[in-house]
Amino acid sequence: MTIANDQLVGRGNRDGAALFRDWFTELSQTAEAGEQSAYVFVMGSLNEILKTFDLPVVFPEINSLQTAVRRVAGDYLATAEDYGYSPDICGYVKADVAVQINGGEHPMGRIPKPSIAVLTNACNTYIKWAEIWERIHDCPVVTIDVPGTRQADTQTWPGDPDFENDCRYVEKQIHELIKTCEKVTGKKFDIDKFREILGNANRMSVGWKKVIEANKSMPAPFNALTDGTIFLGVANGFRGTKEGGDYFDDLVEEMQYKAEHGIGGLTEEEWRLVFIGVPCYPIFRKFNELFTDWGGSFINSTYLWFASGGTNLGFEYDLKDPIKSLAQGLLISVRDAMDSMFHQDRMLLDMVDDFNVDGIVYHPIKSCRTVSTGLADSRGYFSGKKDIPSLFVESDMMDARVISEAQMKNRIDAFFEGLKSRKDQASIAGKEG
Amino acid sequence: MSFTVFDDWKNEPLDEILYHCRELIEDETYPTIKKWRENGGKVLGHFQVYFPEEIAHAAGMLPVKMCGFPLDPNHADSHFGSYLCSIIKTSLEVCLSGAFELDMFVSHPICDAARNLAAIFGRNYDYPCQILYLTQNPNSEGSVEWLTDEYKRITKVIEGVTGTTVTDEALKNSIAIFNENRALMRELYDIKRDTPWLVSADEAYALVAVGGFIPREEHNDILRTVLPMIREREGRQEDRIRIVYEGAFCEQPPLDLIRMLGRTCYVVDDDFLIGMRYILEDVATDNPMTNLAYAYIEQSSYSPVQHDLRKLKEDMLIERYKNANADAIIVSAAKMCEPGLEEQVAYSHALDDEGIPYFVSEFEENMNSFDQLELQIETFLENILFA
Repeated sequence: MTIANDQLVGRGNRDGAALFRDWFTELSQTAEAGEQSAYVFVMGSLNEILKTFDLPVVFPEINSLQTAVRRVAGDYLATAEDYGYSPDICGYVKADVAVQINGGEHPMGRIPKPSIAVLTNACNTYIKWAEIWERIHDCPVVTIDVPGTRQADTQTWPGDPDFENDCRYVEKQIHELIKTCEKVTGKKFDIDKFREILGNANRMSVGWKKVIEANKSMPAPFNALTDGTIFLGVANGFRGTKEGGDYFDDLVEEMQYKAEHGIGGLTEEEWRLVFIGVPCYPIFRKFNELFTDWGGSFINSTYLWFASGGTNLGFEYDLKDPIKSLAQGLLISVRDAMDSMFHQDRMLLDMVDDFNVDGIVYHPIKSCRTVSTGLADSRGYFSGKKDIPSLFVESDMMDARVISEAQMKNRIDAFFEGLKSRKDQASIAGKEG
Repeated sequence: MSFTVFDDWKNEPLDEILYHCRELIEDETYPTIKKWRENGGKVLGHFQVYFPEEIAHAAGMLPVKMCGFPLDPNHADSHFGSYLCSIIKTSLEVCLSGAFELDMFVSHPICDAARNLAAIFGRNYDYPCQILYLTQNPNSEGSVEWLTDEYKRITKVIEGVTGTTVTDEALKNSIAIFNENRALMRELYDIKRDTPWLVSADEAYALVAVGGFIPREEHNDILRTVLPMIREREGRQEDRIRIVYEGAFCEQPPLDLIRMLGRTCYVVDDDFLIGMRYILEDVATDNPMTNLAYAYIEQSSYSPVQHDLRKLKEDMLIERYKNANADAIIVSAAKMCEPGLEEQVAYSHALDDEGIPYFVSEFEENMNSFDQLELQIETFLENILFA
């Protein structure tokens, strides 16, 4: 490897971490200056509109997961539970409530108060969560209702009357959001700036799709669980920005280079795994090591799909008709994000062969019923269609109280022993045949 | 409809009618649904909270309210993970166990768990298993038009199941029947509020709940018969606390819990089975599909799972409390019900601010021991009574 290549490999993680630090520094400065910001969520952030109004965006989901990764989530959860919230509700919500109670202070700095909150219905907890901000901050809350797939395999597309009805509705709501943003910021909507932002978002979408597809290569160039979470952070926080577009151009270059040169996220990739669910953030690195220690590499995940708001589809906006195109893109992409949670069995069937998948890891969590409710059923359905072993291990994305590392390790070890045994038997059968 | 599915109550005195209604809603063999199917009828099961049943009715289907069932989820358990409310599991269990069969299933994105149900049913059954999107942005100027289109879309799916075209005339007729039904239930709730000693909480509950298992024409017959009988009932007002029960918008407390409440206090308003009573006024019939959509957005009650900037939930609850001339509120939530548990916090803080007495509790549809809860509620009520 040349020095130049040495700089190329690992660049995505380094640059992603730097962008993240810059982003949080900017948010802290915004908070200190008492300037405006928008609170948004990862599935349908509407960053394209908000950036047109120069509104810094705060992703409370990302702030919350940072408390878990930095192992201080317990304090935040306790604060919210003392306030009255049940142990049985989403840990992200509770950590954010604690951040709000603490005046915006969190492990990465301080977040500003919202001037506006924007959400989609991709997750029902988004709706309840935004209602909490409405009460605390008395800020405008704009819900963009994005109708999803009504039944598996019945998605409609542009030109279909049902799709056009939905699209018209989403477009109407986008116009209403623009009006609210104009009122909140006192700025007029600048369509040319909006087009430029959509162009940046297009580069990101195309790049995100290519990055995911790069992991078809063996070994997979990146770990979908660990590296992927860094990429996701940039995909969300920098959507529509030049930095975001540049980052993904660079990331594609890095991943394609690694794929061409056989450089994997894991040195000895023995098992290619797909992760279904939300990461176990309280033991983020350790959880991954429980798999990598066996040579297990996460080469794809539904998290990369839904937590990017469906950016994985690579939808490109038509800059000639930008608002309608944003409505189409939002409808198609957020719908895909929802499908990744409710109908991921279909998507898995479509991708496991291309990605040479050896095993599926289902990780339902207490905090998120959106993602977790259907996983056991989905696993049963998938197993009936495809002979690929799977592991079902429950924990949480925030609450260390429901995570038992020892129990988890036992189950994961048994899963790999099963995979190995299965491979050995196949090998013996092959020799005998 | 040339046949009836529920005749046991006919020509019976009031107490016997109430007995038969209670028996029916707890009958794990679901005889009315079976009888409907035996006569060639199709059944649409719709999950909580609200579904425009008029559309299914106009197509000749029996809309059955999937509001949880008194069953152990022996078959359904393996289809779900942990940390879930009971109603999600028993709604699948009632089908997997063969207790009754459906021809179509509909759920709504009311909560993170429920929005998974259509996909889960769809992986287990070949009949249409659909999500009906009820707008979560009723504040958009486009919401009525879009919801009308969404109702038209689901109508096409229903027509595919029944082979019957839903005409405007049929829909107008169905709306008229449901308008009468809602008016009768409003009258029942007027009696609960004004003269709660004439009808106990569990009696009123059974009279409403039975409507979820029978054609609405039959439900109207029952209510038309029963309401005058209740008004003529001899009952004496007692010195009891008047409470509002909040938190049963989706999963329902077991009937025994409601019976316990009825023994302990006067339940003068509640959100039991609120979906059946969600539309608060008569739906106009001139432009039926649009008016149905309009009614959901503009003429409806509230619940923690319908987002509407005009309906801050704690304000709505306080209005319910005041309208019912209540003394206190029981702020309940089903176990593992995320929207309900989240709303409890908002309710508690608002009621603290208003100085309204309230009691916070949780329930589960399959709970069968109420002694401790009864003791807690009695203590709470005595504190108010003797304050």
